[in-house]
Amino acid sequence: MSMFSIFEISGSAMTAQAQRMNVTASNMANADSVAGPDGEAYRAKQVMFEARGQNGTGVGGVAVREVIEDDAPMRREFRPDHPLADDEGYVTMPNVEPVNEMVNMISASRSYQANVEVLNTSKQLMMKTLTLGEN
Amino acid sequence: MIDRLAAALQFDQEALNLRHQRQQVLANNIANADTPNYKARDFDFSQELSRAMDSGRPADGGLALSTTAAGHIGGHGQSAPVGDLLYRVPDQPSLDGNTVNMDVERTRFADNSVRYQAALTMLNGRIQGLKSAMQPE
Repeated sequence: MSMFSIFEISGSAMTAQAQRMNVTASNMANADSVAGPDGEAYRAKQVMFEARGQNGTGVGGVAVREVIEDDAPMRREFRPDHPLADDEGYVTMPNVEPVNEMVNMISASRSYQANVEVLNTSKQLMMKTLTLGEN
Repeated sequence: MIDRLAAALQFDQEALNLRHQRQQVLANNIANADTPNYKARDFDFSQELSRAMDSGRPADGGLALSTTAAGHIGGHGQSAPVGDLLYRVPDQPSLDGNTVNMDVERTRFADNSVRYQAALTMLNGRIQGLKSAMQPE
């Protein structure tokens, strides 16, 4: 266990939370994208966190295991004039829930801040440790 | 003479080391605050300190393979930073199985960093004392 693994731990959490914020941003940006590269409407994405390889030491940080697609039902809007409307006049819209995304974003940014705080505190302590025995 | 000096500083060294380990465990809890099924960990500082003073660090031992013949390869399992890492008893477990309570972890973290600084100050004082004892007049 190296002295600097605390930076690794907080750094991994910051990376993971930043990715979660990226995914949220993508969801918000595509809240009305009716057609993606595959011709289908955009599906909301979610990140899955997992505690990272703790190999017996009990500490190891966090990692994003995978980005999954939300399997909530797609929203359907009645817009008969739309070019992508089906026979009944409905357009399939993305299943992005803007309220959920906002909550997710706030939660991610708070967690990110907490980790920055941990990193700063640890850095200060280490700087003090480096001057041990001086003067 | 050097070993006497090391012995004089051993208590502070162990205390500082354990404070550092605890800092890592708490940082890990904060890092995993949003990980499903993660269980918050911590350890009993005074118990670990008295054990470290009595029997040395657990890292010195670790799990090792026994080598009974010349061709055997000695293997060392990675050992835990402290003797036993306990699980925190959750007061409000969340639905995803995560037991990290951010307020608790952050206050413990702040508490631990102040105590780390206290240990550092005491170690510094001890070193200063030894240094001034070594000065000629």
